[in-house]
Amino acid sequence: MSTAQPTTPRASLPAWSAIIPVAVFLVVAGFFAYGLTRDPKALPSTMIDRAMPEFALTRLVPERDALVNEDLVGKVSLVNVFGSWCSSCVLEHPQLTAIAESGEVALYGVDWRDPPGKGADWLARYGDPYLKTGVDSDSRLAIDLGVTGAPETFVVDRGGRIRYKQVGPITPEIWEDTLLPMIRKLEAEPA
Amino acid sequence: MRRLLFIIALALAPAAVAQPAATFTAEVEASAHKLGKSLRCVVCQNQSIEESAAPLAADMRRLVRERLAAGETPDQVMAYMTDRYGNFVRLQPPLQVDTLLLWFGPLILFAAAAWGWLAYLRPAARRDLAPPPLSDTEAAELAARLSSGGKV
Repeated sequence: MSTAQPTTPRASLPAWSAIIPVAVFLVVAGFFAYGLTRDPKALPSTMIDRAMPEFALTRLVPERDALVNEDLVGKVSLVNVFGSWCSSCVLEHPQLTAIAESGEVALYGVDWRDPPGKGADWLARYGDPYLKTGVDSDSRLAIDLGVTGAPETFVVDRGGRIRYKQVGPITPEIWEDTLLPMIRKLEAEPA
Repeated sequence: MRRLLFIIALALAPAAVAQPAATFTAEVEASAHKLGKSLRCVVCQNQSIEESAAPLAADMRRLVRERLAAGETPDQVMAYMTDRYGNFVRLQPPLQVDTLLLWFGPLILFAAAAWGWLAYLRPAARRDLAPPPLSDTEAAELAARLSSGGKV
């Protein structure tokens, strides 16, 4: 039986060309499968392994000194960016309290974009887990840190370098599985 | 009269809100506006900082103006922002190795489609579509039928 090749309109294209549309579809579908399952809010931080930027914060309450750069040298610390306007910070707060009570790491707070008094009221209401705090009222430090929202938490090593950025609230799982092992590892490193 | 004053006050209110805290020269303002249009608001991600109402965008706008007023070029301010937020903060991605596909992908797809279309249309392909020439027996049969006047 002879094939009907001459009568097929696409006789000039080789048979394997039929897989081209399928291949194109698979490539496009692959990109979508990767792109659409990622969290668009989770951006890679450019600050990893860089020194904590120089900052000048104002006092949260008049009777306590504001957080300064020197506080972040000599030990591993967590710098938590929060605000009284931030609803996820309320969710995160019990975990921060637990972290402060565990004594594993020095916890500092940056009160971001809060009108005077608001941050202090918020801490008076929920409890203050921070060793020291400072107010970043005009986002200067937040922009230097590449912060896109609150809460965000930076792990700072003994040399004052940023080693990790946690975007969003610290959950008990994130603390146990990611942050605590990292802090213990960084504590063992020479400064 | 009080009613009229109230209406006037109300009409002026948006202008009062829109006033920036510090004022900059028209030159800085124009340059900052142009630059701000190409800086992404990292909170509401598909707006530029000039269009966004997010508080962080307002702080970024002010920072851009301050740096321009201090004598930095728009390129330096852009570098300052990408240093902190990565290329993500640029609404127009730069041309570099990992963005080649982004920039030239459409061109490559267009070229591939054009190549396929032309290959399909080329004369050689159309010649293939023509039926093959008659074999010797077919030609002989055709000649016989024609010479018999169509009667077999």
